[in-house]
Amino acid sequence: MIVEALAFYMFAFIAVAAGVLVISSKNPVHSVLFLILAFFNAAGLFVLMGAEFLAMILVVVYVGAVAVLFMFVVMMLDINFTQMRSGFLQYLPLGALIGLILLAEMVVVAGGWQSISAGAQMAKAVAPIAEGTTNTHALGGLIYTHNVYLFQAAGMILLVAMIGAIVLTHRRRDGVKKQRIADQNARGTDTVETRKVEVGKGI
Amino acid sequence: MTIDQIIPALPEVFVACMIMALLMLGVFQKGALADQDVKSFRLISGLSIGVLGLAILLVVMLADRQLMAFNGMFVVDGFATYTKVLVLIASAAAIVLSSGYMERHGVARFEYAILVVFATLGMMMMISANDLISLYMGLEMQSLSLYVVASFQREDQRSTEAGLKYFVLGALASGMLLYGASLVYGFSGTTNFSALAALLQGGEPSVGLVVGIVFVIAGLAFKVSAVPFHMWTPDVYEGAPTPVTAFFAVAPKIAALALFTRVMMEPFGDAAASWQQVIIFVSVASMILGAVAAVAQKNIKRLMAYSSIGHVGYALIGLCVANEAGVRGILIYLAIYLVMNVGAFACILCMKRGDRMVEQISDLAGMSKTHPKIALALLIFMFSMAGVPPLAGFFAKLYIFSAAVDAGLYTVAIIGVLTSVIGAFYYLRIVRVMYFEDAEDPLDAQVGRELKILIGVTAFIISFFFVQPNLILDPAAAAAKALLAG
Repeated sequence: MIVEALAFYMFAFIAVAAGVLVISSKNPVHSVLFLILAFFNAAGLFVLMGAEFLAMILVVVYVGAVAVLFMFVVMMLDINFTQMRSGFLQYLPLGALIGLILLAEMVVVAGGWQSISAGAQMAKAVAPIAEGTTNTHALGGLIYTHNVYLFQAAGMILLVAMIGAIVLTHRRRDGVKKQRIADQNARGTDTVETRKVEVGKGI
Repeated sequence: MTIDQIIPALPEVFVACMIMALLMLGVFQKGALADQDVKSFRLISGLSIGVLGLAILLVVMLADRQLMAFNGMFVVDGFATYTKVLVLIASAAAIVLSSGYMERHGVARFEYAILVVFATLGMMMMISANDLISLYMGLEMQSLSLYVVASFQREDQRSTEAGLKYFVLGALASGMLLYGASLVYGFSGTTNFSALAALLQGGEPSVGLVVGIVFVIAGLAFKVSAVPFHMWTPDVYEGAPTPVTAFFAVAPKIAALALFTRVMMEPFGDAAASWQQVIIFVSVASMILGAVAAVAQKNIKRLMAYSSIGHVGYALIGLCVANEAGVRGILIYLAIYLVMNVGAFACILCMKRGDRMVEQISDLAGMSKTHPKIALALLIFMFSMAGVPPLAGFFAKLYIFSAAVDAGLYTVAIIGVLTSVIGAFYYLRIVRVMYFEDAEDPLDAQVGRELKILIGVTAFIISFFFVQPNLILDPAAAAAKALLAG
C-alpha cells in the first residue's frame, strides 16, 4: 500500500512539474522534452490504476509519434517564441483562475458521480469487467468484436477522407520526375561503365 | 460473430466492397488521373448505377421481417427497406443527371460517381442505424462525401465556397448532435435505441435527457435543412454544380428525414410529449420561411433550395403528429418529393445557352416555344409542388394534412395550407415566365437523351399517380407499421 502511494505521488509530482516546465521553459525544444516526460509519468499513473494497455498506447502514440512530430514542427518553424510568450506572467493569474475553476468542476462532477449509488451501478452495467480478463483483451474485444461494425465504418470514413483530399487537391504537373523501379531493375550492365582510377590521376 | 449476423447488412457490405473494386478499376484506367477523362468517368458512372440497382434488389430481398445485426447496432425492417429503395433510386438518378453536365464543364472525373455511391452507403447506414454511434458513423460518411462533391468543380470559386461553407456548418451541426448524444448517454447509460425505448417506456424522461434530445434534434434539423438551421442551404445549392444540387435536394434529404423519423419515433417515441413542441416549431417555421423567402428569389437553384426547406417543413408535420398515420404521411411525401425533384432538376439541367448553364428564372422565358415538351413537364412539376390536384404533390400534402387534422393539430394544418397557397405564387411565376414571356435569347435546342427519358418518366408518374396510388400508399403504410411495431 505504502509503495503504491509513494509511486503515485512520485508520478503525479513529476507529471505536474513537467507540465509546468513545458509552458515555462524558454527553449521550445526543452518544452517538448518536458512534454514527453509528462506523458511518461501519466503512463505510469495508468499502470498504477491497472490500465496497462492504455499506458502502452500513451507511450507508443504520444511519445513515439506526436512528440517526434511536434519536435519537427518546432525545429522547422522559424517562430520567435520569446516574443510570442511575452506577457505570459501578466496573464498567468487569469489562466490559473480558469484552470482552478475547471478543476473544481471536474472534482464536483466526479464526486457527484461517486456519491450517487445509481451512478456506480450504471457504470457497472454499461462497462462490466469480467473476472480474469486483462484490459488489452477487454478493449480488443470491445473494439474488434463487439463494435466491429463501427470499426469498419470508421475505416470507410477514412477512405472517403482520403479520396476527398486527393480529388480536391491532386493536380497533374508537367516535368515531375518519377521513380520507376521496374525500369531501374531492367537496366543492364551496358549502361554503366566501371573504370579503375589511379590515385592522383583522374580519368 | 457468425455469418448470419452479417446477412441483414448484406446490401451495405456489397456496396462497400463494390466501391473499393470500382475505385481500383477507375484508378488503373489510362488517363484517369487527368482533370477530365470522359472514358473512365462514363465507365465508372455506368457501373455505379449497376451497383445501386443490384443493391436495390438485395434490399428488397431482405424485406420480410425485422432483423438485427452487429449486437443490435444495425436494424433492417420494412421502414428501412422502403426508405433505402428511395435513396438508392435517388442516387442512381443523380448519377444519370450529372453525366452531360460534368463532361461539358471539364470535371468528368471517375471519383464523382464513387463519392456519390459512398454518400449512398452512408445514407443506408443512417437509415438502418439502431444506435447513436452507428447513426453518427453513417451521418459522417454521408456528410464527408457530400462536402467533397459540393466543391467538385474545384476551379470554380462558387463551388469551392459552397463546399467550404457546407463543411464548416456541417461540422458545427455534427458537434451539436454529438453533444446531444453524449447527454442522452450520460443520463440514460445507453446509446442503443431499443434500450433507450425500454428505459423511456416507464415514465417521465429526466431533464438532462430532454436537453440531450433537443440537441440531437438540432443536429438532425441541420441535416434536413429545417428552420432555424437552414442558413447553409441556399448558398450551397446555388454554388454547387447543378447535378450535385439535384443530388443534395433528394437523396440526403430522404435519408436524413428517415433517420429523423426513426430517432424520434423509436427510442424517444414514448417521450413524444417532451419533444413535440420543438418539432412543431421547426416544421411551422420551415413552412413559413420556405414560402415567404422564395418569393424574392431570382436564381432558380436558390428558389429550389427554399422550396426544399418548405417541403421539409410539410414532411415534418408527420413527425409532429408522432403516430402511424403521420409516419405514413412522411413516407408518401418522401416518395413523391423524390420524383418531383428529380424531374424538376432534370428540367433545370436543360437550361443552357451556348454550352453554358444559365440559372436565372428570367432565362426560362419563351421556353414554351423553344422546348414545348420540357416546358410542359416543368409546368407539371411546378403545379405538383404547389399542390394542385390531381397531380401527385396534392396527395402528398393531403395525407400529411389529414394526419395532422386527425391528431387535432388544426393550427399546424391551417398554417400548412396557408403557406402552400403562398408557395403556389412562386411556382406559378415560373410557369408564367415560361409561357407568357418572350425570350430575348433562346436556350440551346439540343437536350441530352438521358435527361429527356428522366423528365418523361417522372412527369408521367406525377401526372398519373392518382390512377394507381396504391403502388406507393401500400408500401408506405406497411413501412410505417413496421417502424411503430419495432
